[in-house]
Amino acid sequence: MNQLRRAFLKNAGTVGAVAAAIATGLLNPGTVLAAAWNSLAFTTKDLAEAMKNAGYEGAVESSDIVIKAPDIAENGAVVPVSATSNIAGTTSMAIFIDKNPVPMIADFQFLNGAEPYIATRVKMAKTSLVRVTVKAGGKNYMASREVKVTIGGCGG
Amino acid sequence: MAEAMKMRATMEGAVVDVKVLIQHPMDTGLMKDKTGKLIPAHFINQVVATLNGKTVIDAQWGVGIAQNPFIGFRIKGGKPGDKVAVNAVDNLGTKFDGEVVVA
Repeated sequence: MNQLRRAFLKNAGTVGAVAAAIATGLLNPGTVLAAAWNSLAFTTKDLAEAMKNAGYEGAVESSDIVIKAPDIAENGAVVPVSATSNIAGTTSMAIFIDKNPVPMIADFQFLNGAEPYIATRVKMAKTSLVRVTVKAGGKNYMASREVKVTIGGCGG
Repeated sequence: MAEAMKMRATMEGAVVDVKVLIQHPMDTGLMKDKTGKLIPAHFINQVVATLNGKTVIDAQWGVGIAQNPFIGFRIKGGKPGDKVAVNAVDNLGTKFDGEVVVA
């Protein structure tokens, strides 16, 4: 196995590992490697389990996470959602849709000056809470906002 | 597939605002086609954005991101002329790359 890949897989999923790999000279700064895809969290059907598998267990409600989403989404296949974390030391943010067949939608790590803000578009199967979890200073926080869906977006 | 990605990076005050649109079916693997056969999952699952080569966003996506995915993010400390690049890959290993200069 390629040494670079071996070093990466050995420590998969941590930003520190990438820094270590760069320091050892195995990872060229010109090559960008993403954190390993969390297939477990992205296939978990239960919301609490998914949050735990994604590393957001025990998240405490916080009004410092601001979620923008429509009150009513006419098309559940494309629902615009944006979120900002005003919690100091925010390092990552994830989006969950409580009532989707698979609640975990995405997870974003913020590095090197990225603001803790994301705008994207999600699929919603039906009326549900849109939940944003945040990791800041090693602690987990969350906020949620209900979006009513008139036509579901997951098909089937 | 450079044409599959559209990007824009502009200054909003002291922050670089980036908007990215990627052409992709983002099939969940849960839907059936007209013959009743399941359409296999086909979705972008990793997205990395860089500013002048330094990673700023490291994202993992699931099937719940909408078709033809849009992502907006902001970077402190960027300025006009800086390069913002986005590298995405889907579950079949197909890569999508784009780069834009901050306006």
